[in-house]
Amino acid sequence: MNKTYVGFAVMVVLGVVAPYTGAYPIFLMKALCFALFACAFNLLLGFTGLLSFGHAAFFGTAGYAAAYSIKSWGFAPEFGLLFAVAIAALLGWLIGSLAIRRQGIYFAMITLALAQMIYFFCLQAKFTGAEDGLQGVPRGILFGYFNLEDDLTMYYVVLGIFLIGFLIIFRTVHSPFGQVLKAIRENEARALSLGYDVDKHKLLAFVISTALSGLAGATKTVVLGFETLTDVNWPQSGEVVLMTLIGGIGTMFGPVVGAFSIITLQNELADKVGSWVQVIMGAIFVICVLAFRRGIVGELGALFSRKKAGPI
Amino acid sequence: MPIQAFLGQLLLGLVNGSFYAMLSLGLAVIFGLLNIINFSHGALYMMGAYVAYLALDLLGLGFWWSLALAPLLVGGFGILLERLLMRWIYKLDHLYGLLLTFGLALIIEGVYRYFFGVSGQPYPVPDALRGATDLGFMMLPNYRAFVVLASLIICFGTWYVIERTRLGAYLRAGTENPMLVQAFGVNVPLMVTLTYGFGVGLAAIGGVLAAPVIQINPLMGSNIIIVVFAVVVIGGMGSILGSIVTGLGLGIIEGLAKVYYAEASSTVVFVIMAIVLMVRPAGLFGREK
Repeated sequence: MNKTYVGFAVMVVLGVVAPYTGAYPIFLMKALCFALFACAFNLLLGFTGLLSFGHAAFFGTAGYAAAYSIKSWGFAPEFGLLFAVAIAALLGWLIGSLAIRRQGIYFAMITLALAQMIYFFCLQAKFTGAEDGLQGVPRGILFGYFNLEDDLTMYYVVLGIFLIGFLIIFRTVHSPFGQVLKAIRENEARALSLGYDVDKHKLLAFVISTALSGLAGATKTVVLGFETLTDVNWPQSGEVVLMTLIGGIGTMFGPVVGAFSIITLQNELADKVGSWVQVIMGAIFVICVLAFRRGIVGELGALFSRKKAGPI
Repeated sequence: MPIQAFLGQLLLGLVNGSFYAMLSLGLAVIFGLLNIINFSHGALYMMGAYVAYLALDLLGLGFWWSLALAPLLVGGFGILLERLLMRWIYKLDHLYGLLLTFGLALIIEGVYRYFFGVSGQPYPVPDALRGATDLGFMMLPNYRAFVVLASLIICFGTWYVIERTRLGAYLRAGTENPMLVQAFGVNVPLMVTLTYGFGVGLAAIGGVLAAPVIQINPLMGSNIIIVVFAVVVIGGMGSILGSIVTGLGLGIIEGLAKVYYAEASSTVVFVIMAIVLMVRPAGLFGREK
């Protein structure tokens, strides 16, 4: 537990000083949004044992909700974000209620298929702008005071949102509710026989995860000022799986490390290798699954605890 | 709605259904023995189509050659994947199999995108199957009829081998309890490898059959695999006949949707999946474990 607090303190300090290290602020904000997305995804995969292969649906739908409400209805950014989170949670509740009817591998296939349905909906619906997406979304003024057009102000708001989301996940995992989720992950039948309403717990975990994924997607839209179909499509769902996998499934900080690694990699590679990026992402998937299942943070943790020769 | 157009769409739906049936059958057979949901199935189907395209383009070999060549080449590639990569993860959670094959699908698709871009390549209908037959009430395009017939023969052939022959009995026993079957002296690892090769071969044949009716492009695999996943969820993977019937049926429904409400044609399979999950979570032909 102490290690987690130290890790959190390090993360906060890094987050606060990052804009002064010469890093490109838009890049940092984008990475923070994906870090929150991956953490929310990890709440399901790492702490409940549910592999959702359709998380892009929530990330992207919330992005559209934020973009549309801010641009067309003139919502202030705080209300745009709240509205988007509500939409993502509602969608999460709908899809979650269907998906938890099956276990394991079927759960993954169902979430993927339903998310693809959302993709086709966004492709055809009028308000999403189809192939063009929604462009030119103003950042606006948060709480009528913070002018988000300033990159530094925007950055600290994004950092704040990320930290709040992270703490919500931390609190959820370390609550009695989170312990039940772990019990479900380890042995669902046993959790059921102990009298826990497994379905209700799974659904609530799903909704929390989708709401926070929505928060991440909506924040990213506010930062970048546009929303396109890329965010709702299946490769995006795969990407968040990869971030979590490479960082460390079921670790608190793994998804953050994973998100920064993948976003950095994509930034570095995009103009150099073109369409080989997809091949490289696929290769990382294969390598992680075959040889590196604990991920970066998981491996570091194992190394550390082996040196101290004690249990974690 | 003129009856001609209606029957035309119905046939097109049946053609798509044939591909769903062949792919979901392959997925089910592979899942039965390997406990892996093969996400790369769509990419391998796409490879089958490209074998046909390249054989014609580079070597001048026609459709019939490709029909024999594609399952051998792509099936061989599948066997290589199984031997080199997949066998390391059989003991792990199913989810790792999905992630590994997802990564493989990304690699295959990315490589093909690099070489062929994302635009479609046309492939000619073989000479012997050009034209249409007049049935009196409709013109039946020969090639489409051939696709449906060929896939039915392949699917039912597979069903016969698995359900009615000694080899199939080993396979079913291996699905049930691989340790025990191995103790009886059956070479289970070899059987697993060949099964994967066979499932992949089915996907490749599907790809070759699809080449003349759709535009060949690197994305065709990922487009179809998600629908096939929905088909598998609807039908349940427990029964071979169930996979075939579900695949064909959903193809027809999709065709009908194109006639009556075209906007829904891309989502109708997913909607049906949602309804089936509400009414019969184990799938139409599935057994609840």
